[in-house]
Amino acid sequence: MSIAQAIEALRRELGDENVITAVEDLFCYSYDATADLPEQRPDVVVTPENVDQVVKVVKIARQFHLPVYPRGSGTNLSGGTVPVKGGIVLSTLKMNRILEIDPSNLTATVQPGVIIQDLNNAAVQYGLIYPPDPGTVATATMGGSVAECSGGLRGLKYGVTRHYVMGLEVVLASGEVVRYGGKTVKNVTGYDLVRLFTGSEGTLGIITEIIVRLIPAPQARETMLAGFNDLAGAGNAVAGIIGAKVIPATLEIMDRVTVETVENYARVGLPTDAAAVLLIEVDGIPEVVKSEAEAVKRVVVQNGGWIKTAENDEEREKLWSARRAALPALARRKPTTILEDATVPRSKITDMLLALEDIGRRYNLVIGTFGHAGDGNLHPTILADARDEEEMKRVRGAVEEIFRTALNLGGTLSGEHGIGIAKKKFLPWEAGKAGMQVLKKIKQALDPDNLLNPGKIVDLEEDRA
Amino acid sequence: MSIFNGLAAVEEEILKCMKCGNCQAVCPLYKESRQEPAVARGKIRLAAAVLDGRLKPAETLARRFDLCLTCLACVATCPSGVKVDRIILAARTAMVREKGLPFIKKTAFTGLSRPHLFDLGIKTAARLQGVFFKRLEQEKMQPRFPLGLELRRIVPPLASVPFRDRVAETHKVERPAATVAFFTGCMTNYLYPEIGQATLRVLKAHGVNVIIPRMQHCCGAPLLYNGAADMAREMAKSHVDLFGSIRARADAIITVCGTCGEAFKHLYPELLDTTPGYGKKAREVADRIMDITRFLYRLPFNPNLFRAPELSITYHQPCHLGRGLGVVQEPLSIIRSIAGVIYQPLKEPGRCCGNAGSFSLTHYDLSYRVLAHKLRDIKSSGAQMVITGCPACRMHLNDGLTQEQMPQKAVHTIEFLAGILAER
Ligand SMILES: Cc1cc2nc3c(=O)[nH]c(=O)nc-3n(C[C@H](O)[C@H](O)[C@H](O)COP(=O)(O)OP(=O)(O)OC[C@H]3O[C@@H](n4cnc5c(N)ncnc54)[C@H](O)[C@@H]3O)c2cc1C
Ligand code: SF4
Ligand code: SF4
Repeated sequence: MSIAQAIEALRRELGDENVITAVEDLFCYSYDATADLPEQRPDVVVTPENVDQVVKVVKIARQFHLPVYPRGSGTNLSGGTVPVKGGIVLSTLKMNRILEIDPSNLTATVQPGVIIQDLNNAAVQYGLIYPPDPGTVATATMGGSVAECSGGLRGLKYGVTRHYVMGLEVVLASGEVVRYGGKTVKNVTGYDLVRLFTGSEGTLGIITEIIVRLIPAPQARETMLAGFNDLAGAGNAVAGIIGAKVIPATLEIMDRVTVETVENYARVGLPTDAAAVLLIEVDGIPEVVKSEAEAVKRVVVQNGGWIKTAENDEEREKLWSARRAALPALARRKPTTILEDATVPRSKITDMLLALEDIGRRYNLVIGTFGHAGDGNLHPTILADARDEEEMKRVRGAVEEIFRTALNLGGTLSGEHGIGIAKKKFLPWEAGKAGMQVLKKIKQALDPDNLLNPGKIVDLEEDRA
Repeated sequence: MSIFNGLAAVEEEILKCMKCGNCQAVCPLYKESRQEPAVARGKIRLAAAVLDGRLKPAETLARRFDLCLTCLACVATCPSGVKVDRIILAARTAMVREKGLPFIKKTAFTGLSRPHLFDLGIKTAARLQGVFFKRLEQEKMQPRFPLGLELRRIVPPLASVPFRDRVAETHKVERPAATVAFFTGCMTNYLYPEIGQATLRVLKAHGVNVIIPRMQHCCGAPLLYNGAADMAREMAKSHVDLFGSIRARADAIITVCGTCGEAFKHLYPELLDTTPGYGKKAREVADRIMDITRFLYRLPFNPNLFRAPELSITYHQPCHLGRGLGVVQEPLSIIRSIAGVIYQPLKEPGRCCGNAGSFSLTHYDLSYRVLAHKLRDIKSSGAQMVITGCPACRMHLNDGLTQEQMPQKAVHTIEFLAGILAER
């Protein structure tokens, strides 16, 4: 049984227009947004238009023993969509319909290829929002973000993707279609498999329909920018704000390297002598927003910082543009950008920031750190040049040490970018031996032939060998 | 090293791409096909594969690089500042150098690169066009036979007498505020002489001397954007010579087409960088190149010369004019400074209309699908007329507006201005 026969079968079932085999095109499915990973071409790319076609793909994959790599927009940062073992890449981008927005149940039902921003644009017409907003809202798919359990800038108050997924339709490795959850707020029927598939990175099943929770758009918001002369002040302010019983929607931090780089690049008026800058946004009912903003200002001043408040939309936009410029500005300093997302408990944010500065010094690397301080989810961004093998060695050393530090501080390897291939070898550090066994048993139970996204999160082969 | 000398010149640029995929959010072609080879990231990976030898130049590969409007939307949104257009042009040039041009393009470009033959050919065609096209109304024709053109496509007739043959070489005013040299571009010369006439009238009203050098011809952009850099070199040189010689007499060299402007401003200096005797000269000419609306804006523009228009208007920003030459605010500022103008903006004024020059010939279907977004935007703007700064956009918009039976008409900004001049 050859690849050619499999492709033949795929063409028969899906039509020529949904089967891509030209070598130039296959090249374009051999990577995702992850840096420092080898590319690998699939044998074929399919673009199914509905769940029946997805089932057909899985059945053909079974018959010909070909792996299936689900792919949304390919913006993940852990190698989740790279077809390391060749086979079939299944692009969900043609399944891109918003099936329903149900304002009375506050839900939306979408196909996996819908772009997050498109859902938001549709929801806003009902005065509703879908809060999870990764940096890639304008490009990432709902399927990909559910499979990665993406976070974003509003995680502190609003939570992450898993807090919004209510129901899923999934095509299993067996080719069967299952549905779990639904539109009800409460559901304890059986194990919570919606949560299991959320964040499973395409290794347990292919998501073909998603029901998510929407919430009313906040009526008011206030945006502030605070600066500190020392990291500890910023870290204490983060703790202090939460301590004052204020949960901002956004509580973002940028370190000295990032602030300097942003200012050099975008000239948004940031003081380059600040050790750290916080972007804070509180939202909700106008009166509450007002009193929360007052509390934030008090805490910032108590911790030796200064604070600016946006008086109108234009000023708000300006404050945000500083934060939005973080990645672009850093990315322009050197050709290769390695974006990590080690995460620690919020109380350890100062320790983590100091440790990152220290790691940058010891490995002689430029590391700019920004991220979701309120969630303890930092994005240390290492700037390098992939052509410089010696430097890349230091990068890999630094990355390992970042992970180790995060774990020592009671944190986790990945807050939102997932394990994929990139962090696979570190997973045992966090999960432990028994923990790894459980992960493998889950994978084995749902995908005994290792057809779905093989080579990601856990390896089954090494045990068999 | 010039992008017209091989992919090695864009190695840095390729390396800068961090594969984030942000370009997906704005690429008009990706939005239609939803397939990775259409987006900048995909084409950059292909260029990388050619550069390191994993892919060999081939006709199939060249087709992937053809799939780009060079609309610069990706460049404007890219967090790493990757100049995608440079990678695309370098790749196209490299493909042509290895594999040659397809027959049709080769024939067409050979024509364009020989000014006299081209001029003669067009004039002959202007006389014969009734045989091949049926005239719908004054300004609109539809092919009778598939002449490499879609039968449904609406194109303007060729001017019976080209613009430059209709007017004198120099147009003097008393006590001039400035003197400009006018590069007309082919579309204005052969298809829309009214754009040229309008330019003359508005400049005259502002007290500006105009020189229209006789020996000018096609700027060569169609060749440069299609990888035929070697054929375009002589064309570039002759324009650098021609406009270089009157540079001292002119305060600016005016263009009415963003793509012609791009050719002079960015592509000539790149193309002629290492050509002995031309590098510096090309840069000096480039420094003088200016879009008509920017020139008027800086003159400054005198809104009192105009009376209120009868129709409400909207503005479509041509890609090469806006993102290429950075002319974004000027057309809007001058239009809105005229009393009584009702301006109803598009939601996405800078989204590509889909024409992209020869792209609309080779990929008409896709080109029209991109256009459909623009037409919807125009419709919901409620405006009664569309203004734009590029003859090619003007043609494409009118094609769509006619086919969809929409009431609006698209005109060049300068035509709009000439149409509302108070003293006629
Ligand atoms: C510049 C940048 C900023 C980012 N910012 C953030 C951020 O703030 N927060 C955050 O959490 N992430 C962030 N990310 C990571 C990434 O954007 C998200 O993980 C995103 O949700 C991935 O969506 P996608 O459609 O691109 O998925 P893909 O990359 O295509 O796929 C992601 C994973 O999901 C699987 N998958 C895709 N579709 C399905 C399906 N239908 N069924 C089953 N499995 C599927 C794939 O196999 C893969 O393992 C960022 C990435 C970049 C490049
Ligand atoms: S936006 Fe820029 S860096 Fe990101 S993938 Fe596109 S070209 Fe590359
Ligand atoms: S220039 Fe335009 S068409 Fe070409 S890749 Fe960029 S966004 Fe797409």
